[in-house]
Amino acid sequence: MRLLKEKPKVINIGTKLFYESLRAQNVEVVHVEWRPPAGGDLEALKLLEKLKGSS
Amino acid sequence: MVLGSAIRKGEYYDSVLLMRISQELKKIKGVRDAAVLIATDSNKALLREAGLFTEEIGFATSNDVVVVVDAENEDIVREAIASVDKLLKAGYEMVEESYPTLDAALRAMPDANLVVISVPGDFAGWEARKALERGLNVFLFSSGISVEEEVELKKKAVEKGLLMMGPDCGTAIIDGVGLGFANVVERGTIGTVAAAGTGIQEVTSLITRLGSGISQAIGTGGRDLRKEVGGIMMLKGLELLSKDPETKVIVVISKPPDPEVEKKILDFISGCEKPVVVDFIGGDLEEVKRAGAIPAFTLEDAASRAVALVKNLDPSTYKPFELPRVEMENMARKEFERLSEEQKYVRGLFSGGTLCYEAMILLSKLIGDVHSNIPLRPELRLKNSLTSVAHTCIDMGTEEFVTGRPHPMIDLTPRISRLLKEARDPEVAVILFDLVLGYGANQDPAGVLSPAIKKAKEFANAQGRYLAVVASVCGTERDPQNFHKQRKNLEDAGVVVMPSNAQAARMAALIASRGEIAGFWEGN
Repeated sequence: MRLLKEKPKVINIGTKLFYESLRAQNVEVVHVEWRPPAGGDLEALKLLEKLKGSS
Repeated sequence: MVLGSAIRKGEYYDSVLLMRISQELKKIKGVRDAAVLIATDSNKALLREAGLFTEEIGFATSNDVVVVVDAENEDIVREAIASVDKLLKAGYEMVEESYPTLDAALRAMPDANLVVISVPGDFAGWEARKALERGLNVFLFSSGISVEEEVELKKKAVEKGLLMMGPDCGTAIIDGVGLGFANVVERGTIGTVAAAGTGIQEVTSLITRLGSGISQAIGTGGRDLRKEVGGIMMLKGLELLSKDPETKVIVVISKPPDPEVEKKILDFISGCEKPVVVDFIGGDLEEVKRAGAIPAFTLEDAASRAVALVKNLDPSTYKPFELPRVEMENMARKEFERLSEEQKYVRGLFSGGTLCYEAMILLSKLIGDVHSNIPLRPELRLKNSLTSVAHTCIDMGTEEFVTGRPHPMIDLTPRISRLLKEARDPEVAVILFDLVLGYGANQDPAGVLSPAIKKAKEFANAQGRYLAVVASVCGTERDPQNFHKQRKNLEDAGVVVMPSNAQAARMAALIASRGEIAGFWEGN
């Protein structure tokens, strides 16, 4: 049985190390080059997403 | 020698990339030492200790990256600092496909079904929520997320029929794919669900070394069995494994749960048709038995009982060591005969939180209270995690040690400096540690640690003492670092290497107590 319905296909957000180990296991993976958003201000980010959502 | 530094203000980089760049700088001819780090308070303290502190580093904050180089002359310092730009760029070019956001990545891979998140805690919950909303399962490695947010994320996942592994989930093996820190294990019929990252690593590695294999290993994150979270993912994991036709035996691993949560889990287990081995590390075995489950004393015990069940053998045997008593007594004697009277304490330096916790449970039964930064009782909490008291075990993977730097399974520098510090203490008899292999971990941890172990032993020797060092290697022959090679390397450095974390803790206790522990061989 598969826990995931299909073969694991992964999006990696954060350290590249986990991207590399998935590649080493021949898993399909894409990497998100994460940076602190909105100048590191989470509240500003939430506001931004909210505005985007309402538009 | 000339010391020089540069501050890269407001820059953010993956701490693993920065560690690798530090290693590159150290290879430059004429460079004695170098570090490239996020300027957190703990990193600044470490730089100070290593003699790599400059005045401007004092003014840097955790939003800045510090480059510091100690070299033969100013030209080399300048050249090394200047090379960081190129190294950063090269580091980013290693990834073939990279996107700025989850949504951009999802456009490139519309059939993605799992997201692995390891961003700083402040933002991790935010990314996890977005992933769940888009119908993706989540493996959340990050810690530093509030319990309230964890509950909200897990409820959302259950509602959508998704897995929400974490926060603070170190390991999982899903459909044969290792996530986070995972070992290369055999596939088989034993399913695991655990609120314990290195608990999964130890149990799945031991099961593999005992000749069986793993169907699925689901991580829940360390707090899942707390009252506030209510075991949401543990129950979900148990449900999935109980329905999985490939899973014949289930292993549950956690620190002792909240009593209400424990009841819910044991209720589920008592209705489960498959045999379930439970290791509530140091918890109440009777409650587990009453639920019709098979209680395990240790992670190793859980692995061997599960394998016995798969192979239709008697799962009830208990042995403190794999090898015969006389051999173990001789091994301990060879070490403790060389200790001076003054040397009486065990100092455990762990990269795995669960391994640290298990060692403390065993040590405190055998040789008394153990102080720690993750203490078994509040009064045993160290005032300062950097300074050991009597018997001490440190989990070096906690928030205070890993903020702004890679996990101790990747970056062994903090463990090396602690090891050398402990070796200077004349009351220390035994250094105990774990060496964790697998995906994500350092490529050659024994190769990095061995010279430091030799140095620590030489230092003790020069002071007229002997220093016993005991370890266990968590991993398999197929791990990228190779179990056999790592063990051999440690043994060559004079380390007593035991086959499991539990056996290593027992051996450390035997040495520190000079072999005199009442009831030890009868099974405590």
